[in-house]
Amino acid sequence: MNPMSARPRFTIPSPVARIVSRLPAAPPAFALARALDFGVGRIVTREQVAPLAGKRFALVVRDLGLTMHVQSTEAGFRVARRPYAPDLTVAATLSDFVALALREEDPDTLFFARRLAVEGDTELGLVLKNLLDGIDWDAILERVPAVLRPRRAAS
Amino acid sequence: MRPAVTPPVRVPELVCPAGALPALKAAVDHGADCVYVGFRDETNARAFAGLNFDDASLAEGIAYAHRRGRKVLVALNTFPSTDGFDRWTRAVDRAAEAGADAAICADAALLDYASRAHPQLRLHLSVQASATSHEAIEWYRERFGVRRAVLPRVLSLAQVEHTIARTGVEIEVFGYGSLCVMVEGRCALSAYATGESPNCQGVCSPAKAVRWEPHAGGMRTRLNGFLIDAFEGDERPGYPTLCKGRFDVGGEVYYALEEPTSLNTLDLLPELMRIGVAAIKIEGRQRSPAYVAQVTRVWRAAIDACAAAPRSFAADRRWHAELDALAEGQAQTLGAYSRPWR
Repeated sequence: MNPMSARPRFTIPSPVARIVSRLPAAPPAFALARALDFGVGRIVTREQVAPLAGKRFALVVRDLGLTMHVQSTEAGFRVARRPYAPDLTVAATLSDFVALALREEDPDTLFFARRLAVEGDTELGLVLKNLLDGIDWDAILERVPAVLRPRRAAS
Repeated sequence: MRPAVTPPVRVPELVCPAGALPALKAAVDHGADCVYVGFRDETNARAFAGLNFDDASLAEGIAYAHRRGRKVLVALNTFPSTDGFDRWTRAVDRAAEAGADAAICADAALLDYASRAHPQLRLHLSVQASATSHEAIEWYRERFGVRRAVLPRVLSLAQVEHTIARTGVEIEVFGYGSLCVMVEGRCALSAYATGESPNCQGVCSPAKAVRWEPHAGGMRTRLNGFLIDAFEGDERPGYPTLCKGRFDVGGEVYYALEEPTSLNTLDLLPELMRIGVAAIKIEGRQRSPAYVAQVTRVWRAAIDACAAAPRSFAADRRWHAELDALAEGQAQTLGAYSRPWR
């Protein structure tokens, strides 16, 4: 019935989380900040991210034992330095974050199922969700040369 | 092929929600006949931060739908504030100029403006108008030429049938999604707790007033400081609205007003078709493209199956399972449609 839910859900085995939780979180947070910077001006406009200015986010990948702290600054996204209190904390498993990113799952659905936790500035969370939901990937992919586009399953 | 004795079945239009362009495309791609949308302001009842359409994205969405033979309806369904009537009339102008297939309005003055300024623009009466009788609906038709009315979710199926039989206006009913118990958005509870309500500011329990707090291994919900619910372990929360909160009443903590349940009328499809419902509406402009795609696909399959064989239609259990997973709260309900005690 649902071809999109064919991808199985997975949970990272807990020994991995025990190891990852002891590693420094700054490198993945740095990669996340760079990736977000790449998207601004290409995927979303500067005006669209303006409401996020100065805000600090914590992204918790539960089953990896990983928390990434990033901050939106005038110069772009940066790794947030501690000590600080995040304005918004979003927590889910890696599998669910992937499903959200691929638009296989609706965040409200995951929230109702307690698979997605949101703490802090709820409105900021809503702005972020609606910003991501508003990205028209089809239009963006049309600007990419055909050979580089991901192949789409026939629907 | 059809036996001569079977009366022709009216196949209802599937009306799906979209909070942004990707959701609109998802609805069209998965089989919606109509998609309903709103502008980025308080002229509609989902005036959420970062949600909705500007003129450019609406034009693009309408072009996308029209190329595929589908329609786009623009919800202008709040009640204009006393100092801002021109914001609402301007929104009607913008919808008409964009080539929307209909405007969904609730306020009589706005309907009056739309019918005079844009006589070619089809008008639907919003659920927010709370017109529950054929007399009220006919009044809107006579005054403003309303072509379709969305019935509030307070009527039994027999009452819906009675209404359809007595008006020339097409009748649209809610088929699926979260329920509002407060007479369709006339919410004194949200207004009391947060100063904002769906009918006036276009938002129920605004996100800026909502806090989810971890508490004792579970979670607490606060609305503008008021504790409205607490969840243990893996209990399923609903939307953070006062009406669906749990309160201590006489020493017992329970859903004092309404349980967070979700409307699902898949099983009523043959009846809805038999009585001549013109359209079935799916709630959820605040939801993501993933929800819109899933719920539209299920309902498209169900309506097609029911239209092909209304007498032997039975809702597929997988459809129910998929809709269950998307729903708010622990339970689904037939709402007011089913009143076996009557």
